[in-house]
Amino acid sequence: MSALLTVEGLRHGFYGVQVLNGASFEVRQGTVTGLIGPNGAGKSTAINAISGALLPQGGRVSFAGTDITRLPPRERVGLGLVRSFQLARGFPRLSVFDHLMLYGQGHPGEGFWQSLTGGRAGRQHEERLAETALSVARRLKLDHVIDNPVSALSGGQKKLVEIGRALMAEPRMILFDEPMAGVNPTLSAQIAEHLTALNEEGITICLIEHDMAMVARLCDPVIVMAEGRKMTEGSFAEVVADKAVQEAYLGVRHDA
Amino acid sequence: MLSYVIFSATTAGIYGLLALSLNLIWGGAGMVNLGLAGFFAVGAYASAILSLAGVPVPIAILAACAMGAAAGIGATWATVRLRGDYHAIVTLGFAEVVRLVAMNERWLTNGTDGLPGIPAPLKSVLGPQGFAVFYLCLVLTILVAVFLALRRLDRAPFGRVLKAIREDQDLAGFAGKNAMRVKLIAFAVSAGIAGLAGALYAHYQSYISPDHFQPLLTIYIFLAVTSGGVGRPAGAFLGAFLVILFLEGTRFLGHLLPGLSSGQVAASREILVGLAFLLVLHLRPQGVLPERIRPAPAQ
Repeated sequence: MSALLTVEGLRHGFYGVQVLNGASFEVRQGTVTGLIGPNGAGKSTAINAISGALLPQGGRVSFAGTDITRLPPRERVGLGLVRSFQLARGFPRLSVFDHLMLYGQGHPGEGFWQSLTGGRAGRQHEERLAETALSVARRLKLDHVIDNPVSALSGGQKKLVEIGRALMAEPRMILFDEPMAGVNPTLSAQIAEHLTALNEEGITICLIEHDMAMVARLCDPVIVMAEGRKMTEGSFAEVVADKAVQEAYLGVRHDA
Repeated sequence: MLSYVIFSATTAGIYGLLALSLNLIWGGAGMVNLGLAGFFAVGAYASAILSLAGVPVPIAILAACAMGAAAGIGATWATVRLRGDYHAIVTLGFAEVVRLVAMNERWLTNGTDGLPGIPAPLKSVLGPQGFAVFYLCLVLTILVAVFLALRRLDRAPFGRVLKAIREDQDLAGFAGKNAMRVKLIAFAVSAGIAGLAGALYAHYQSYISPDHFQPLLTIYIFLAVTSGGVGRPAGAFLGAFLVILFLEGTRFLGHLLPGLSSGQVAASREILVGLAFLLVLHLRPQGVLPERIRPAPAQ
């Protein structure tokens, strides 16, 4: 299968510390690609550069054949590349429903004149989008809190809202930054099921995760990062068998 | 007494427009506009100067609206990278610049002497009494029309995007929204409404001078929006009338306090305004008609 996302020679430093050191990897169409590695390996910085949260000091990011290295985040979303955040982020005083609605793309009714005049195209799009939002909410079991502001949700529900919004954008690829961090095992298993289902519907997924059982269950291939670049890549079984990986990441983890 | 009530209600209507303007930009997009009086002044002077030059009043008022919007775009464009407090300070500076220009560019604004004899539409036909009633109706009609339009925007997808930007502008970008463009539109519309209010004020008073556009005016409008309810047009609408009711009401209250000279009575009004503001913030920080979450459509 072909590469949907290609990262070439990404370089970035903060205050003289080189966090990304020529990182190059690809995410192939239709995969759930795991990004693992020790803290400070540059995983989150890579995701930030891919999603547009950060302009890398060097290197190139291309998505579906387009160079997106310098595009603002909103244009990347337009191409079908969306992300979630490690600490679930939201618009505190907006309802779950509004969050879902906001992620619908290309809504003609969001224009100033369309909103003022209540034009037909905008209204019809709004109705269709509302139906989608309600079905996404049901699917994620958020329908009973749909009118609540997200600031009133539990941590786990916020994670589900992140997944829901990403879905609303009808993306080709979703970047997840630790979607299960700080979530209880039951919910974590549910999130895993959602991710699998999304992938089966054709959405390519790239996720950062520290829970090795989850990585084993969900990801193929797994990319191991260390010191700002890709160290190795392969199936979960292959990378855990790698001596260098054990030393750089897994070994340290077990000692700790 | 009746003409006094009509005068107060007309002023409240003009304040109402300013409150709606502030609510759009502050309650909607989360941008603090401390320069409201400046956009109000731009509209007042634009309409006054044009109509004194012979332009028909309705066209002058529309032009004032456009001038306000243009000033809004200018002020926002110049500060496109600034957010929060920094943007607020620039708007405060903008209002002072407008006032200083009005004070010093005598060829245009007649300086501190102000502009007298601004045409009052239909006053010669209706007489002073009839004009007052006509103008009250005009102001209230415009106020209700602007209110309905803004409420519609607030409940439409545009309002949803605006509030998302208020809550987290960067995240709105990750939702695929062009935050800059939406903020610019919102500020232009808000400043245009303030310009409209200024024009209505100028033709009502027939005389304007830089003194009419003190920063205190902006504070009163903040008081109106805060007490009425930030983020909901109906709150701003109500708040403006509450503020006028209070400002005018304290005129009579002062005399109830024993042993004060008339100068002290006037000063005590400002104290009472300050106290009322503190009381509102303490007892009902969300305002009388706070922002609500509109329920999702039935499944």
